[in-house]
Amino acid sequence: MSGPPAVEVEGVTKRFGDITALESVTFHVDAGEIFGFIGPDGAGKTTLFRILTTLLCPDAGSARVLGQDVVRELWALRSRIGYMPGRFSLYPDLTVEENLRFFASVFGTTVEAQRDVIAPIYGQIAPFRDRRAGALSGGMKQKLALSCALVHRPDILILDEPTTGVDAVSRREFWDLLSTLRAGGLTILVSTPYMDEADRCDRVALIQKGRVLQIARPDAIGDQYPLPLFAVSARERVGLLAAVRSFAHTASVYPFGAELHYADARTGIAPQTIVSELSAHLTVAGLHRVSVTPMRAGIEDTFMRLMSDPARDLELADASRAT
Amino acid sequence: MTAPLESDDRTPAIEARELTRRFGDFVAVDAISFQVRRGEVFGFLGANGAGKTTAIRMLIGLLAPTSGSATVAGHDVATEADAIRRRIGYMSQRFSLYEDLTVRENIQLYGGIYGLTVAQIRARMDALLQRLGLEHAEKKMVRALPLGWKQKLAFSVALLHEPRVVFLDEPTGGVDPITRRQFWQMIYDAAAAGTTVFVTTHYMDEAEYCDRISIMVDGHIAAMGTPAQLKQDSGVATVDDVFVKLARPQLAGTAL
Repeated sequence: MSGPPAVEVEGVTKRFGDITALESVTFHVDAGEIFGFIGPDGAGKTTLFRILTTLLCPDAGSARVLGQDVVRELWALRSRIGYMPGRFSLYPDLTVEENLRFFASVFGTTVEAQRDVIAPIYGQIAPFRDRRAGALSGGMKQKLALSCALVHRPDILILDEPTTGVDAVSRREFWDLLSTLRAGGLTILVSTPYMDEADRCDRVALIQKGRVLQIARPDAIGDQYPLPLFAVSARERVGLLAAVRSFAHTASVYPFGAELHYADARTGIAPQTIVSELSAHLTVAGLHRVSVTPMRAGIEDTFMRLMSDPARDLELADASRAT
Repeated sequence: MTAPLESDDRTPAIEARELTRRFGDFVAVDAISFQVRRGEVFGFLGANGAGKTTAIRMLIGLLAPTSGSATVAGHDVATEADAIRRRIGYMSQRFSLYEDLTVRENIQLYGGIYGLTVAQIRARMDALLQRLGLEHAEKKMVRALPLGWKQKLAFSVALLHEPRVVFLDEPTGGVDPITRRQFWQMIYDAAAAGTTVFVTTHYMDEAEYCDRISIMVDGHIAAMGTPAQLKQDSGVATVDDVFVKLARPQLAGTAL
């Protein structure tokens, strides 16, 4: 991408009392990118997005969106950002059409003047224009919220967990809409707890407990995985986990759908040697139809590896101190 | 769990027969029939608006069926709702524990609601806190716990009265991937002890962890079986693909 970054964040820190919500977060987003923040609840995603949308001030560090400082130039910046907060933010007692008109008027424009911008999304909910927003289904609410975030023709879209609690098929449809908007040149920042959505982003940041763990293109996120990784399956699903755990060289083993992902603690050993040793171990343990296959680490493998540091054990102690 | 058996061991933990609920002209749940065995982990999947919540509300005795019937732990949902509520546990992401009570107070409150004696509550609280490694947090406000701990605690509290069946409504939404897997280990432990687990989720990898799953589409059960059976029947590699194929055929084959 050419041109100045759409978002530049340097060393942003935010505390609430004793809790550090963001710890020296640094990243940039290119113009025209879909940039994803991926992490569980409590990772700091919402705090970060509230800073970027000028709703919170950072305690330290700086953030610029579209070249403007989020603290000093907030009034110039606000009208250029389209923001969809995590919780349903529309007026449930107003109709679909009334919500859209309200948000247009707040930004000094009209729905008619912006019809082309919202048409791809609003077209899908227009049949319900006279329905109260509170009576819409989850997927429809989400599309209305996106329409309201777009109605003032923003230069950047910031979406806080737009797909949380949304079923797997509606999530696909929503990401298709985002891809359409990106093709029109819009920069999009989006957060999600669903790791499988990373593939729909140009780049992603993995975030946990206020820290950015890694930033990469989705297809490269597993490149830094430090250990040999294998997909393991057997006929006996329940006994398999315990049997793999009892292998002498296990670094980690986690269920992944119908398989387990096994990381070997040794490096510098041929994958085929590990395949043979582990297969033999599992067969001796009495398992049938054993399969051990070398694999590339995916985003969830990487995330679990990065988050399982000793500091995590202090999580509860931290929380206790916060009371 | 060591709850005394009141009915034959072979009686299904949950049985729905043509269970139906209408709201005006709208049929939210349309004559669904299924059985869940004792100790089974049963995944109840479906798109938003497919009728899952309405079906669960009928099964836990909060909503009367329009027609059809269902039994849970051997009791009829329409006529024995009180008996059912004493024999089931329930947790969801939206409502589980009281945020401004401590861990200990939440356990005492739920123990009391479920009619446990003071001695039972004390013994089970100690065992529960030790199992979760929360001994030192018992006087902390629930609001101060990380989400993953809250969800594990909420599940344990839902099991406090040793229910026959536990209903889990999206218990792992927003939870980190390690805690999500620890939570599923707790589900397996409960099932191995004889508790029947009825669970909903939007994480399709979790659907693979269930003994059997059903997929609801527009009020009907469109498919039911083991994850392996459903994948084989649909000729696809993952439960996610099965789900998309059934719920939104026009999207099948596209990437997430």
